[in-house]
Amino acid sequence: MQGGLLVILTDKLFYGINYLSGNEFISQLIMVIVQIMAIFAVISLAAIIQVYMERRICGFIQDRLGPNRVGPWGLLQTVADMIKLMGKEDIIPVKAQRILWGITPMLLFIPAALIYAVFPFDDGAVFVDLNVGIFFVMAVMSQSVLMFLLGGFASENKYSFMGAMRAVAQMLSSEIPMAFAVLAVVMVSGSLKMTDIVAAQSNMWFIAVEPLAFIIFTISILMEINRTPFDLVEGESEIIAGPFTEYSGMRWALFFLAEYANLLSAAILTVTLFLGGWHGPVLPGILWFLIKVFLVIFLFMWIRWTYPRTRIDQMMALSWKVLLPLALFNIAATGIGIYIYNWM
Amino acid sequence: MEIKERVPEILRDNVLLTTVDGLFKWARSNSLWPLTSGLSCCAIEMMCAAAARFDLSRFGYEVFRPSPRQADLFIVAGTLTWKMAPPLKRLYEQMPNPKYVIAMGSCANEGGPFADAYSVVPGVDKIIPVDVYIPGCPPRPEALIEGMLKLKEKIRHPELIQKVE
Ligand code: SF4
Repeated sequence: MQGGLLVILTDKLFYGINYLSGNEFISQLIMVIVQIMAIFAVISLAAIIQVYMERRICGFIQDRLGPNRVGPWGLLQTVADMIKLMGKEDIIPVKAQRILWGITPMLLFIPAALIYAVFPFDDGAVFVDLNVGIFFVMAVMSQSVLMFLLGGFASENKYSFMGAMRAVAQMLSSEIPMAFAVLAVVMVSGSLKMTDIVAAQSNMWFIAVEPLAFIIFTISILMEINRTPFDLVEGESEIIAGPFTEYSGMRWALFFLAEYANLLSAAILTVTLFLGGWHGPVLPGILWFLIKVFLVIFLFMWIRWTYPRTRIDQMMALSWKVLLPLALFNIAATGIGIYIYNWM
Repeated sequence: MEIKERVPEILRDNVLLTTVDGLFKWARSNSLWPLTSGLSCCAIEMMCAAAARFDLSRFGYEVFRPSPRQADLFIVAGTLTWKMAPPLKRLYEQMPNPKYVIAMGSCANEGGPFADAYSVVPGVDKIIPVDVYIPGCPPRPEALIEGMLKLKEKIRHPELIQKVE
C-alpha cells in the first residue's frame, strides 16, 4: 500500500519495536498504546499552541502586542498558565453533587479525543477508517453537550445551570444545519467514509463545488464549539462562565483543554470535508494538512476577535430560520446538479 | 540559592523540591489572572491598562476571569463602601489559593477623599489582606502595571518580604 510520510514513519517504528520485542502481538499492542498517547500528545500540544496563537492574534487585531515577556516572544506564557493552574487550590462547592461534578471534566475529554480516531491526517494515516466515518464524527461531537449539562447541573449554581441549558439549546440547533450541510458533501462524494471524501477531492476541493454548504458548515461549527460570536454558553457578561463557573484549577484546565481540542477537531473537519484534506502539490501530505488546519484555525480566531457576541434568540433565529432552509435548499440543488451531471 | 540554605542540612541534596517550588513561583508570578471587578473610577484606569496603549497582556496578565474560582488576583479598584464590603469579602473567599490582592488608588488604600465619610471603608485592608498598595487618585495605568510587577517580584522572592517585616 502506498502511504504518506506519517505512514512510513509509523511502519518504521513498528518494525523497530517488533525487532526489539520479537513478538508480533506485543508490538502491535505497544503500537496501539503509542497511537492513543499520540492523540493525547497532539491535543495537549495543540491546545498550548492555540492558546498562545489566540492571545497573540487577539493582540494584533486589537492593535496590541500580546504576551511577549515570558520566554522568547512569550512562547512560554501558556506553559506558565498551565503550571499555575496545576498548583491552584481545588475548591469543591459544599452543595455540589460531588461525584458527578468531579467526573464531568474527565468525561468531557472522551468525545473530544474519540473524534480524532477517524480523521485522515495523511495518505493512509487514519486510526480506524470507519465506513460511517462522518456519521461517527457527528454522533460523537454531539455527546459533549451531555457533559456540559452534567457539569452545570451538578454544580448546583444558578449560572451554571442556565449555561448548561443554553448549551443544550445551542448545540441542538447548530447540529441540524451542520448535518444537512455535510449531507450535501456526502452526496457529491458518494461515501460516508472519511478517506473516500478526501480521495474525491484530489482534483477539485469541495469548497468550489459546495460553497453554500461550506458557509453553512463554518457558521454552525462555530456554534457547535462555542466560539464567539456564538459563545453564549459562557457569555461572561450575562452568566459569569456558564457551566464552568464553579470549577477551579486543574478541573477547569481540563475544560479549557477540551475546548481547544474541539477547536482543532473543528478545523480538521473543515479541512477534510471542504479543503481537500491532505491533498496538495510538492510538499508531503501531512505538511499540507497542518498548513490548512492552522489557516482554518486562524480564520476562526479572526472571526472571534472581529465580531461581538450575539444574543441567544438571534443565534437560534439564525440557525433555524436561515441556515436550515438554506441547507435544505442546498441539498435539493446538489441533487439536481448531480442528476444533470450524470445525464450529460 | 537562598531557599537552599534554609533547607535543613540532611535535605540539602533534595534539589527537586526547590526546583518545583521555583517552577511554581515562576509560573504563578507570570500568570496573574485578575478578577473582572471594579468598584468606581479607578476601574476605568484598570480597563485602560488592558487596552491598546498600555497593554497589560505583554506580561500575560490580561486574562480577566469573570468567575472568582478561576482568578488569582483581586484588583480592588475604587471606593469600597460598607454596604459593598460583605460581597467583596465573599468574592475574595471564593477565590482559590494562592490568591493575591492589589489595592488600587487612594480610596482602596485608606479611603481617599472620602476617608471621613460614614459610609466608606477607610482602606480595604480592614476587610481583606492586601499584597500591594498603589497610590494615586486615580493611579495611571503604568502605575497599575508597576504594581503588578511589584507583586510579581513579591511572589518570586517571598523571603525578602518576610525579612523586611
Ligand atoms: S482613588 Fe480617586 S479615582 Fe480611584 S476610586 Fe478613589 S476617588 Fe476614584
